[in-house]
Amino acid sequence: MLDVTSLCRNFGGLPALSEVSFSLQRGRVTALIGPNGAGKTTMINCITGADLPDAGRVDFAGEEITGLPAYRVARLGIARTFQNLRLFPRLSVIDNVLCGLTVHGGKSMLGALLRPPSVRNRERRLHLKAMAALDRFGLTELADWPVGVLAYGDRKRVELARAVVSDPSLILLDEPVAGLNHEETMAVGNEIRALRAQGYTLLLVEHDMDLVMGVSDHVVVLDGGRCIASGTPDEVRQNPLVLEAYLGRTSATA
Amino acid sequence: MNSRDKIFYFLYLHRTGLTVLMLTMVLAIYPLLYGNPYILGLTNLIGIYTIVVLGLNLFIGYAGQISLGHAAFFALGAYGSALMTTEWGFWPWPSIVLVALGTAMIALLVGIPALRLHGHYLAMATLGFNIVIYTVLVQWDELTGGPSGFAGIPSLSIGSWQFDSDLKLHYLVWAAALICLTLGLNLVRSGVGRGLAALAGDEIAARSLGVDTRTAKVKVFVLSAVLASLAGSLYAHTFGFVSPDTFGIFASVDFVTMVVVGGLGSVWGSLFGAALLTWLPEFIDLFEAYKEIIHGLLLVVVLLYLPQGLVTGLVDLARVRLARRRHRRA
Repeated sequence: MLDVTSLCRNFGGLPALSEVSFSLQRGRVTALIGPNGAGKTTMINCITGADLPDAGRVDFAGEEITGLPAYRVARLGIARTFQNLRLFPRLSVIDNVLCGLTVHGGKSMLGALLRPPSVRNRERRLHLKAMAALDRFGLTELADWPVGVLAYGDRKRVELARAVVSDPSLILLDEPVAGLNHEETMAVGNEIRALRAQGYTLLLVEHDMDLVMGVSDHVVVLDGGRCIASGTPDEVRQNPLVLEAYLGRTSATA
Repeated sequence: MNSRDKIFYFLYLHRTGLTVLMLTMVLAIYPLLYGNPYILGLTNLIGIYTIVVLGLNLFIGYAGQISLGHAAFFALGAYGSALMTTEWGFWPWPSIVLVALGTAMIALLVGIPALRLHGHYLAMATLGFNIVIYTVLVQWDELTGGPSGFAGIPSLSIGSWQFDSDLKLHYLVWAAALICLTLGLNLVRSGVGRGLAALAGDEIAARSLGVDTRTAKVKVFVLSAVLASLAGSLYAHTFGFVSPDTFGIFASVDFVTMVVVGGLGSVWGSLFGAALLTWLPEFIDLFEAYKEIIHGLLLVVVLLYLPQGLVTGLVDLARVRLARRRHRRA
């Protein structure tokens, strides 16, 4: 459903991504892994319009989305989370999650000002939807808390809830378990499996190999901006190029 | 849920509507009991400023932008209405609407390029706009009356009912202010309002959630300019006289101070900020003489200790306290 073709991105002459191609299958979990600086986050940014690729194309559900502004990509049904969390610290948990429903909110300022019954009903619907998402991630208790005072693990869950609440057709998770302890990581793993079971399509960028190997259907490995391997978790695990990228080059060059 | 809980839940659910209702009743009754014309003149001014500060608060507090030029839009409303009704003999009510539309066009023309800027640059651009408008008001004296101002603006009327006394104006001004406050409350509790709050919190995250940040900024800028223009028209018809001094850059700074002191991102804070900074100098002589210094000090102290402003800052503190207590009990 998402096809990345020969994508290139340079930062001041240094290639962060060169000629990377891969596809996501509908209803599957694809993991994008690689050592630090491999270009994983750049890839997510180029897909979502947060960054502009220098060459190549991205197609989503049969439509080219290369270079579209981020808000239009979001409106097509691609949701994402951020590596270093980008929540709205002053807003409460429920309001943060409601922000995830912007795609479904009205865009008319006049409607918002006058608040006719149609807008009122829509607001009620969105509120119920957001409450359901909070319930799913065990955040109901925290609904009225300003996000800024929450613990890190809770904030991670708020961001996940914000991404999922709009029923996107594709969810990009940028390091969802970075900084979480073992139990929290297991919980996120279960959540990813649950999303997959519901038919969501996910792209997971992650360092935690146990998580990646446990939840992914397909793994794409980047190293130095190139795609060096792809396949099922087992295939990738046994690929010598991947071992080399992760364990160092000394054995190969010696 | 017992009946006491039900009452509390009802109050909680309809807290916004009930607050508006209560304020409306207070404002409707109090001038009848206490009709001092001097005080009424002052509260009328507060009502007018509330409308400007509300618009500016949507722009600064919700959308996270900055404008040091809103006195210019206030001026466009006031002088627009003054000119249309006296020089060109136009009906007052339609001219308020026409002037607001004209101001919206100007805000659009200024906003599209200016809102590509951030922070200090945006502040300077809007400040520059205010200086331009102020200079035009002072220099183009055949049209604007120059530094000495423009007198003889007719009062508004409905049929033969003239809004010509402080008491009648009280109802006119506060009806307008309450309508604007209600519209503001509606806006911030909607998807559009949350989009603005998202924009203020984190622009990149807002875009990734589907908020067209560039358009949203221009829209709320135009909205705030329209509110300032309406307030300006009301000002002209209420006091019958306008002069450039009301609309200089210090007026813009005062509006920003009202927003910050009242509470960034709080509709009620707009009312509070406008009221506080308009009342204080009237009651404390020292405040009058050193107005600029005290405004500056107030701004600094609030920004240092309650950066969200008095109302918002205190409400935020209370919210965290409440949430903590509920959490401990659970």
